[in-house]
Amino acid sequence: MKTATPGPAEQLPTVSRRDFLRSGAKLASLVLAPGVTLMAFGGSEARGAADAGKRWGLLIDAGKCAPDCSACVTACENENGWKGSGNPETDVQWIRKVTLKNKATGRESSMPVMCQHCEEPPCVDVCPTGASFKRADGIVLVDKHICIGCRYCMMACPFKARSFVHERVTNQKSHAPRGVGTVESCTLCVHRVDEGRIPACVEACTAAGHGAMVFGDLLDPDSEISKRLAQYPSTALRPDLDLNPGVRYTEV
Amino acid sequence: MIFLLISPAYAGELTGGLGPQIPKATGQPHPEGNAYMRRWHMSMMKHDRDLTMYNGDRGIGASIGKCFECHAVRDEASTPVTFANSRHFCRACHDFAAVKIDCFDCHRSTPEGVEEPPSHAAVSGSITPLMPDAEQTGSLQAYLDALGRKEARK
Repeated sequence: MKTATPGPAEQLPTVSRRDFLRSGAKLASLVLAPGVTLMAFGGSEARGAADAGKRWGLLIDAGKCAPDCSACVTACENENGWKGSGNPETDVQWIRKVTLKNKATGRESSMPVMCQHCEEPPCVDVCPTGASFKRADGIVLVDKHICIGCRYCMMACPFKARSFVHERVTNQKSHAPRGVGTVESCTLCVHRVDEGRIPACVEACTAAGHGAMVFGDLLDPDSEISKRLAQYPSTALRPDLDLNPGVRYTEV
Repeated sequence: MIFLLISPAYAGELTGGLGPQIPKATGQPHPEGNAYMRRWHMSMMKHDRDLTMYNGDRGIGASIGKCFECHAVRDEASTPVTFANSRHFCRACHDFAAVKIDCFDCHRSTPEGVEEPPSHAAVSGSITPLMPDAEQTGSLQAYLDALGRKEARK
């Protein structure tokens, strides 16, 4: 097995660790059922970036979000490869710009809306196969290997955050597999977060000079997002539902 | 590379006979051995994909993307072929064994940066296309038109 590690110095220990695990798996597979064996080794090998001590979140300042700017949407399309075919009835949408108007005062505010990464996600509650799940660090995802495309989660989501893939897809990004017959939504750029980077939308918003989006760990009191949340009033979308979303808004 | 004979199906490698034509890979052989990989590659990928998705472990070895590094089959222009091509390294054995895989409904079948042509989407995977193509739409419309004329004659 060729390993992923780039440097030759790092390659050796990785190979030997894998060799050890595989040889162990081979030995045990003589005794146990195959599925049981491999899953049993899963526990010892698990060392991912999904840390239960973190809760990833976004703070979106609608006051800084320019109504005519959609840099976050474009960045998401390019990063995750979901560019539409021009048919709004079936095209997927991981993130959209929404304009709110206060009818009494006429004040308009613009903001991006995507999966709100709820602490109590209704999409996870209703999923009949367990495909819709929440990672230890609060990121809500779809396991497309077991998604049957029933779309209950789309009905359950109060934010209209999920989309169904109606047509065959080619040239997916290797970090964002997506295919016909499954439901998908914002992943909070989980592949970037696992590498210690920030989501593409946040990066694009900063690059566009608006700085309306802040990404960070809600459980870390020293993170920028926590400090801002402690300092200024913010709200969740549909706070009446008590879902405690990871995405929060100010100046709405 | 040493090929182990674990079933008559693999006899083709040596004799050029009835077995699948397994494309030659580049790089170092699997330390687990070819026989182990042939029997367990699907379990390894299933196991490791769950580690990535649920635990965020991005450094795992048994992933489709890593397979490409050594196994991708190249065409005459030395471009890696897509799953639509029967020479694709997964199809070389899976077509022979009549085991249908749906990995490439969602995952790209070429390394990142190598374009999959639109014809790739026409390959029937596990799911039949949900949207009718132009020909189907045409015949459907002709049928509805005929129905309409029949109604009008009444």
